[in-house]
Amino acid sequence: MQIEKKILKKGSLGKLFEKISASGRRILAPAQDGENIFFKEVSSPEQVARDYIQTTLSAKSAVFPACEKLFGYKFEGSQVKIEDRDLNFKPTVIFGLRPCDARSFSVMNQVFTWDYQDEFFKKRLENTAIIGLSCSKADQYCFCASVGGGPGDSQGSDILLTQIGSGDYLAEVITEKGKELVSIVPELFEPAEGEDKEKYLASMPKQFELKELSEKLPGLFNNPELWIEQSLRCLGCGACAFVCPACVCFDIQDEAKKEGGIRLRCWDSCGFSLFTLHTSGHNPREAQSQRWRQRVMHKFSYFNDRLGVIGCVGCGRCSRICPADMNLLEHLKAIAEAK
Amino acid sequence: MEELQKKARELLESQAIKVIIGYGKGSSGQARPVFIRKPEAVDKLILDESCVQNLAVYLLKPEVKALAKPGIVAKTPVLRTILQLASENQIKDGELVVLGISPDNKLIEFSDLKAIEDYVSGLSFEYSQADKALLEKLEKMSQAERFRFWQEQFSKCIKCYACRASCPLCYCARCMVECNQPQWIPVAPHQVGNLEWHIVRAMHLAGRCVNCGDCGRACPVGIPVHLLGEKLAEEIFKSFGLRSGAKVQGEYALGAWKLEDKEDFIR
Repeated sequence: MQIEKKILKKGSLGKLFEKISASGRRILAPAQDGENIFFKEVSSPEQVARDYIQTTLSAKSAVFPACEKLFGYKFEGSQVKIEDRDLNFKPTVIFGLRPCDARSFSVMNQVFTWDYQDEFFKKRLENTAIIGLSCSKADQYCFCASVGGGPGDSQGSDILLTQIGSGDYLAEVITEKGKELVSIVPELFEPAEGEDKEKYLASMPKQFELKELSEKLPGLFNNPELWIEQSLRCLGCGACAFVCPACVCFDIQDEAKKEGGIRLRCWDSCGFSLFTLHTSGHNPREAQSQRWRQRVMHKFSYFNDRLGVIGCVGCGRCSRICPADMNLLEHLKAIAEAK
Repeated sequence: MEELQKKARELLESQAIKVIIGYGKGSSGQARPVFIRKPEAVDKLILDESCVQNLAVYLLKPEVKALAKPGIVAKTPVLRTILQLASENQIKDGELVVLGISPDNKLIEFSDLKAIEDYVSGLSFEYSQADKALLEKLEKMSQAERFRFWQEQFSKCIKCYACRASCPLCYCARCMVECNQPQWIPVAPHQVGNLEWHIVRAMHLAGRCVNCGDCGRACPVGIPVHLLGEKLAEEIFKSFGLRSGAKVQGEYALGAWKLEDKEDFIR
């Protein structure tokens, strides 16, 4: 569909939120929580955090919760009764999502609809509309432009807002879902007169050539020195994977009681030594360097080979929160330069 | 800093050690752990207020152990951790060289672990002002309010286990949360799973935690999980007069038994 450009007045957000809520949707938006910013359910723009680079966690839990019940079961005499989940998830609007994060939804979608069609993810995604917000500033951890995105990239957003000089928003209506959102309260979206968003966007130079990196990685698989050198300080926690908007690995957990139980899907991380531990005791990735290599290879080589996408959107969260200062951009640049 | 670099160079040149675990320049003004293996690379070592991570966490990592005998840059929390690890039979005299750093960033050389014990015994133990204030606030709460506070905090937990991975005393080869026959603690990051995880971890570290604060610093969602350790350390000190990380052969408050125990039930 042709992108339509509109102007959404700064003062109109309250009305927009009100109308979205009245239409039976919940609004998730970045909200301050102490020193952190999390996506929370909000009802008015006053609750939305301002002046920040990136939220602490991504919004992926809106479509891929950290812990999700898949089904329950009960024993009834000699029978087992399966209790399926109701997949009518509440329609959701994610407001203020950064373009990198919006892009991550299409990365996740590639995985969850690759061969097996994951109904939980698909139903949630169907019920989710994204009002993205372009970035007017970035920090040293951001590198969206190096992985195919950009501070004003519209991919993944249904509507993309860019705050312009007047404080109002240039609203790009990108998809049918976006159009449908506009139709709830069309009077708020005024015609835009030749506004150019580029000058309001953060500067984001390319830091490495993605294609070269992806092509080079398979040849570096058997270069233990490189991976050891990069990962010696890695502590082996899952923080990077869990804050990552594009990490989709999960673990299935059964919580069983005498009378029945539930099956859960929980986030998992390839950084954990247990991730690949076999029942026999053998672990094909026994050292942290092999696990670090897997993290890089999966995102920048295997994803590309299998799905034609990169498993990283350059949001920089993994590097911002790493307790041992594993800086992904720095490592990728080192790999790009490695011989 | 020059003093430290000089000593590090000497140690690497003489092959007394194979690697120095220290601090180097990291992203946006942070320090990061560095592993210096060549004498000419010692100028990467830095020493300032940004050097806060407890480097002792690397002493027991198989990947670091594989590099052979280490030297470690050790500010006070690292020294306390080394003593605690020694008292838990995880490290022995002669297995590492400790490059002690005084609070004013001067190099202190230690002949053996006992010398660290003597040095540490002369230091006073203080929590940060922020921690003290928060602990005080928690003390003033009713039990129900306190429980609500922790439930809110734990509701943010995503079970990334950064608290565990950053902790030099969380060195179990297989953590209890990963034992699944039977499953003692729910793995899922739901309310019960998070509550049980943090309580069990706090209890397993009670009387062992040296209060370096790294678990709290490591938490990506800002749960002040280190406060549990501080509170328990104070309770243990009050009840048993013991501080972890004080002695090479320290007593473990939760494992020690004495004839003159003040509790009747144990006699």
